[in-house]
Amino acid sequence: MLGVCGFMYALVLIFLIIAVIRARRATGPEMSRDHGLSKTLGLWVALIVVGLMGLTATSYLIDRQIAQAANNPDVKLQITAHQWWWDVEYLDADPSQHFHTANEIHVPVNSSVHVTLMADDVIHSFWVPSLHGKRDLIPGRPGSIDLRPERVGVYRGQCAEFCGAQHAKMALEIVVEDAATFAAWKTKQLETAPQPRDEHAARGLDVFMSSACTLCHNIAGTSASATLGPDLTHLASRRMLAAGALPNDRTHLIQWLSDPQSIKPGNHMPSLGLTADALDPLASYLETLR
Amino acid sequence: MSTIASGILPPDVRPAEREREATYDGESLDEVSTAQQLEKTWATPRGLWGWLTTVDHKQVGRRYIVTAFVFFLLAGVLAVLMRLQLIKADNGFIGPDLYNQIFTMHGSTMMFLFAVPVMEAMAVYLVPLMVGTRAIAFPRLNAFSYWIYLFGGIMLWTAFAFDIGPDTGWFAYVPLSGPAYASGKRVDFWAQMITFTEVAALAIAVEIIGTVLKLRAPGMTLNRIPLFVWSMFVMALMVMVAMPAVMLSSTCLIMDRLVGTHFFNPAEGGDALLWQHLFWFFGHPEVYIIFIPALGFISAIVETFSKRPVFGYPYMVLALIATGFFGFGLWVHHMFATGLPHLGSSFFTAASMAIAIPSGLQIFCWIATLWSGKPVFHTPLLFVVGFFVIFVLGGLTGVMLASIPMDLQVHDTYFVVAHFHYVLIGGGVFPLFGAFYYWFPKITGKRLSETLGKWNFWIFFVSFNITFFPMHILGLAGMPRRVYTYQAGLGWDGLNLLATIGGMGIVISVLLFIVNVVSSLRSAARAPSNPWSAATLEWATSSPPPSYNFAHIPFVTSAQPLWDQGEQLMYVRGLRVDKREILLTTPLDARPDLREPSPDPSIWPLLSALAVTALFIGSIFNPWAVVIGALPVAIALTGWFWPKRNEAMEVESA
Repeated sequence: MLGVCGFMYALVLIFLIIAVIRARRATGPEMSRDHGLSKTLGLWVALIVVGLMGLTATSYLIDRQIAQAANNPDVKLQITAHQWWWDVEYLDADPSQHFHTANEIHVPVNSSVHVTLMADDVIHSFWVPSLHGKRDLIPGRPGSIDLRPERVGVYRGQCAEFCGAQHAKMALEIVVEDAATFAAWKTKQLETAPQPRDEHAARGLDVFMSSACTLCHNIAGTSASATLGPDLTHLASRRMLAAGALPNDRTHLIQWLSDPQSIKPGNHMPSLGLTADALDPLASYLETLR
Repeated sequence: MSTIASGILPPDVRPAEREREATYDGESLDEVSTAQQLEKTWATPRGLWGWLTTVDHKQVGRRYIVTAFVFFLLAGVLAVLMRLQLIKADNGFIGPDLYNQIFTMHGSTMMFLFAVPVMEAMAVYLVPLMVGTRAIAFPRLNAFSYWIYLFGGIMLWTAFAFDIGPDTGWFAYVPLSGPAYASGKRVDFWAQMITFTEVAALAIAVEIIGTVLKLRAPGMTLNRIPLFVWSMFVMALMVMVAMPAVMLSSTCLIMDRLVGTHFFNPAEGGDALLWQHLFWFFGHPEVYIIFIPALGFISAIVETFSKRPVFGYPYMVLALIATGFFGFGLWVHHMFATGLPHLGSSFFTAASMAIAIPSGLQIFCWIATLWSGKPVFHTPLLFVVGFFVIFVLGGLTGVMLASIPMDLQVHDTYFVVAHFHYVLIGGGVFPLFGAFYYWFPKITGKRLSETLGKWNFWIFFVSFNITFFPMHILGLAGMPRRVYTYQAGLGWDGLNLLATIGGMGIVISVLLFIVNVVSSLRSAARAPSNPWSAATLEWATSSPPPSYNFAHIPFVTSAQPLWDQGEQLMYVRGLRVDKREILLTTPLDARPDLREPSPDPSIWPLLSALAVTALFIGSIFNPWAVVIGALPVAIALTGWFWPKRNEAMEVESA
């Protein structure tokens, strides 16, 4: 495509440059009635038509090839986009194999992955450039794409349809790993959250349960079971916080908990007004959610 | 100066009775008293009253051009602010709320308040002159159109100044712009601005179509219409078909927001995609509504400076019309990522590819004209050469975007930002600046400096490429559009810095242009009536033209009358000089048909525009404003259309 377009661009520029140079040299006042030009025009249009037909056919064939759906996908998941984070639900015929996570997707390498795409507020677009083109997530119109990751690695994705204040900070990561690592990860994700082992973390759990956190978040194995915000059951196992806005470490976690509005202004997590002696144990508790 | 001698036309279009001999243009009136009489009849009253009541297409057109240029500067300032915010990763210069307003205002202003209006404004000023008539068709509607456009633009920018500017993008996709996710009045101001500008645009479309079909000088048959006029005609037809779609969708949006309808609410059986279809059915032709007039500028400039007619006139006209048609078959290529059926999408791929054919053909014809002519590289032609280099690149990235697999990767990234700035600045703004330099002597009677003009061009050309070329690479590197910031470590910093530096260069070049305009207007040197030795009729009258445009209506026997007819330009006589009167001709062969009165200055268009403005703005806040506001509108329109016995009686057949 670049070749065809580059060739046509070069032709136009050459023609233009020659026309300009000829103009500099032209002397006689008489305008030339060059009948060769009409024939050249015909050739030029024919060239454009042939080039475009080639591009259209190629585009059509590649589009078909990409759109081929896998018959029996190895992994099925459903992504629901929210302002401004991604809910990821791993589907399985067996309900016990069913779990939620957020903003980070793990898939085994060389497997076929069927992704159902939904949105429940505004239109978003799912885009992981290294794995697939964009696909919009439109309220009321579920869609799907099929991925076939071929190389182990971590691939960054980002929302590609303007979705409001924090469209810029709505990223996600896809971790492509070998089958064994994926299986281990999945087993871990299916577990409920561990009970806090030390006093400090236990106080953190109390802070969580007695503050506004429980109004939006779910931690499996506790009484916090709201679904407005990301599932936190295995928060500490993720690489990033707040849909790719911050790296997931203690410093940034405390920064986020103390003032989410300064990091993602306009996002739907309010500033909770927690004091330092509440933030510290809360962070310790959240760090146990591996 | 000779009268018509051929058998095609009567020598004189006066009615048989001769008692009021002195009031008609003819042998009994000498040149001086003809001009005096016409000036008395057609001049706009002096002072503020004249300023408010004028229906002269030249005054309205000039105002339109200046207003649109002011909006261009305002939106340009917003672009500078955006570039400053994106100069480095994680920049805290502008927060998301303001940034989202800024990019929405930049896009909306550039598209709705600058690009389309300025092209229409050039048509309002130039088309009547180019077809050789005294006034535009429906001159009061023209004045009304300007006021509506001005009030709509002021409303939007006032809202922005009070921090209630729209923040959902110039495309305002639902549900983000719907009642649930865009509270307050921000989006309502945007949607109502659409209504204002589309009313204004539709009014001009009607005038242009009327002027081109019925007011052409006798003898200007279809194959003698200048390419500029053809392109404005095609543009006007496209406006007629495209604009209602966006008015419909923005009205549905306002109703969803104001009175609780559910056109776009999927939970109640509405559809979010309906908005995108309606918007892009307008939005894609919109690009051609901007681009096709620019093609007209290019044809005029290339012809004049090559000193020969544009090669392949019939192909050029057919290409314009084909572009106009194809322009309506492309809208789905903005929606490939929404998951529409693949077979249907493939048709839109094919159509999007096919539109490159007429564009490529026109590029060929212009270069062939330069090739076989003897071009003189004055500033207007430099801008046209800049157009070739920039636009063709933008057109080719457009071909890439037509391909679904390619589009799914680069859609909504900076690659697209680069693409459409190449197309719109290269294909719209460069020809427009060329047109400014070219017609400035005609409009103002003064010439712009060639030296400053060349600096203006070269700085613009170089810094444009420095600004926008890196954006192709940023897009391919994964940078999405419409982000107020980006994180460090993604490798996007350097190219963004480069783009910002280039943006400053564009600012300098536009400032140079303004300096050039101001210093030319202050200089004493006056431009002759035909400074470029051009061929079309607007150059047959003085610079600037008198209020009545032409002392006698020209009679045309070729497509390049001033080259082929020269001093021998023939005239038709017999129009009244004591009353505003224009000559109607037949649509195809331009035979004289009727003499038609043309309206005097009137305050009613302004009053009607004020009443309509009150209704539109009121309806943002309360649906009852539509009912109550209809009353002043009805009164103003009644005043406007109050019949005048005398005029109605005097429509006579020639």
